[in-house]
Amino acid sequence: MTPFERDPFARFRNATRARIGLGRAGDALPTSAILDFQLAHARARDAVHGQVDFVALAKQLAPVPTVRIRSRAKDRTIYLARPDLGRQTNAADLPSSGDRYDIAFIIADGLSASAVEHHAVPLFKACMKRLGGFSVAPVILGEQARVAFGDEAAAAFGAEVAIVLIGERPGLSVPDSLGAYITFRPQSGRRDSERNCISNIHADGLSYEVAADKIVWIVREALRLQLTGVDLKENAEGAIEALPHQEA
Amino acid sequence: MGEFSDIWNGLIDGQEQMTTYSIVLGRERHVFQDLKSVLACASPLKSGDVLAGIAASSNERRVAARYLLADMPLKTFLEDLVIPYEVDEVSRLIVDRHDWMAFAPVSHMTVGEFRDWLLSYDATAEKLLAIAPGLTPEMVAAVSKIMRNHDLITVAGKCEVVTAFRSTIGLPGRLSSRLQPNHPTDDPEGVAGSTLDGLLYGIGDAVIGINPATDNLEACTRLMVLFDRLRERFDIPTQSCVLTHVTTSIKAIEAGAPLDLVFQSIAGSEAANKGFGVDLAVLREGQQAALSMKRGTVGNNVMYLETGQGSALSADAHHGVDEQTVEARAYAVARELNPLLVNTVVGFIGPEYLFDAKQIIRAGLEDHFCGKLLGVPMGVDVCYTNHAEADQDDMDNLMVLLTVAGVSFLIAVPGADDVMLNYQSLSYHDIVGLRHQFNRPPAPEFEAWLHRMGMLDHAGRLAPASASGAFSRNLLSYRASA
Repeated sequence: MTPFERDPFARFRNATRARIGLGRAGDALPTSAILDFQLAHARARDAVHGQVDFVALAKQLAPVPTVRIRSRAKDRTIYLARPDLGRQTNAADLPSSGDRYDIAFIIADGLSASAVEHHAVPLFKACMKRLGGFSVAPVILGEQARVAFGDEAAAAFGAEVAIVLIGERPGLSVPDSLGAYITFRPQSGRRDSERNCISNIHADGLSYEVAADKIVWIVREALRLQLTGVDLKENAEGAIEALPHQEA
Repeated sequence: MGEFSDIWNGLIDGQEQMTTYSIVLGRERHVFQDLKSVLACASPLKSGDVLAGIAASSNERRVAARYLLADMPLKTFLEDLVIPYEVDEVSRLIVDRHDWMAFAPVSHMTVGEFRDWLLSYDATAEKLLAIAPGLTPEMVAAVSKIMRNHDLITVAGKCEVVTAFRSTIGLPGRLSSRLQPNHPTDDPEGVAGSTLDGLLYGIGDAVIGINPATDNLEACTRLMVLFDRLRERFDIPTQSCVLTHVTTSIKAIEAGAPLDLVFQSIAGSEAANKGFGVDLAVLREGQQAALSMKRGTVGNNVMYLETGQGSALSADAHHGVDEQTVEARAYAVARELNPLLVNTVVGFIGPEYLFDAKQIIRAGLEDHFCGKLLGVPMGVDVCYTNHAEADQDDMDNLMVLLTVAGVSFLIAVPGADDVMLNYQSLSYHDIVGLRHQFNRPPAPEFEAWLHRMGMLDHAGRLAPASASGAFSRNLLSYRASA
């Protein structure tokens, strides 16, 4: 057989991850393509329904202090159907201290447990290396949490800037992509247009070092300009997206 | 209700003092404060309606609303608007365009009588098409709420809505398809690979339509040129569309880009359309701009519109109207623009609006039914996201149901996996399978082209060897950047 006959789509494979040239069994997909698809979907579903092991996460973060705060969505089914509850903190979990901090990190499960378990700690550590001189609140571990959850949680710690590291909605090709949302003066009722977002942090996407550079740059600019969101734009092309962004 | 009452506790419909509609079932009196509350409560359970706080609080209350709806005269919906005329241009469009002459044959009916008539042998394709301008979205939404899934399939299957540009869509006994070659960065080779693959499966007679990665005018124009060159090179009787904002398409036309169809996402309220950055005026402007190009060969339908339940709620622009009724109102907007294609992107919006496969399948059948009955050339993107309770088996169910219901077109992507929008639709294979299984060839112009290219066997089926035939070799040697 000529190379063309073996895989006439070979020349396109470097240009797209799309499932092209699969061949067919009668009208149907061949067995291998069916199973590959099911594996990708299974990983995405496991990411959505997986539970972040927050105890293990706290150990990895030690000696950095952590605080676990649940949202008002008490399980995954409620979380998926009621995004409003996932944006609110469970009041009983909030601290009563009157401390104030420059920055609060919130590590939130969002829609991908595997994204949080794979990428949140190394990204957090990469950010901390760059944040000398700032006071940082105990790391908030947010359970069944959406992005806006970080507003209430960070406000409870009197933080000037909230950095939410959260699992993004999984696709078939990447089930473990992490997003970072930065909000100046986080408080309940902040609009998505008042945040900055860096997405696609994963093994084939943005590296921890590059993502941390961008996050810390935004934090410094946020504190200098006293804002985040659509009015805070990085000069480097395509580096930072202003919200609204995909629902997370 | 069971588990759902826990999930959505506290968001069920409130009851106020001012009441208009009530019914006694057994020992209980069910009271509804207004027409939109009856419609919302009569709707099959949808997570979005519960999120909006307007869903029925019990299963019995849901059926009570349906009893009330069944006895309601169709005329009620012309007198009692779910969104006031004064505050919403879609309401004004619905009222101002209502055709009393067309309405006459059913004007004396209640919603229940209307359902019975739609299902009767008397309601032929001809009669259904004739009354379409006399029907409003609220009437068709109302009747759909007292219909079972099979009722929706039966009646939609009788509707014939035919449109044309370079191919003819919606002829009885045919199934058209949109080829969707999305790519996360619009890489020309990557887009070409997905497009050529689809053409080898005979996909794309409704449209070769790409969701561009950016709304940038130059990037969109590059894609238009890519598709137009490909179409001309192989003399393909279809149309292409870059699914960018209507205002970007208008600019592209002004700049002389080879644009076939103007695309836009639309919704069922003025405020929701504002959320998409459009109003009726700019949509009409887009239509006129595309018409000025005179690129159609067998017809003049130049618009491609997308809709989907939940978009008005997600834009906080639903006015307390349930997600299916607002969706039907989007078809009134569509109807005004004589589109070639309209499709609901039924499972794309996520589980907070349509929770699981049961809700997605029901919504797909409702949307197709309502669109067809209003005279709209309705297609469906049979799809779901990874956080919805659904999988490819559920899509198999819905695609078969819609094919039986005579859907105008379905959307397909390579291997059912959209690598740009991160959701799952149908695969090219699925369209081929449906065509063969139900004997539904593509648009006649496109079918003739497949014959000319030697892509079909003696039985009119896609030939198994088509991927290695002479035409395929020629097609696959096409260079996107040449």
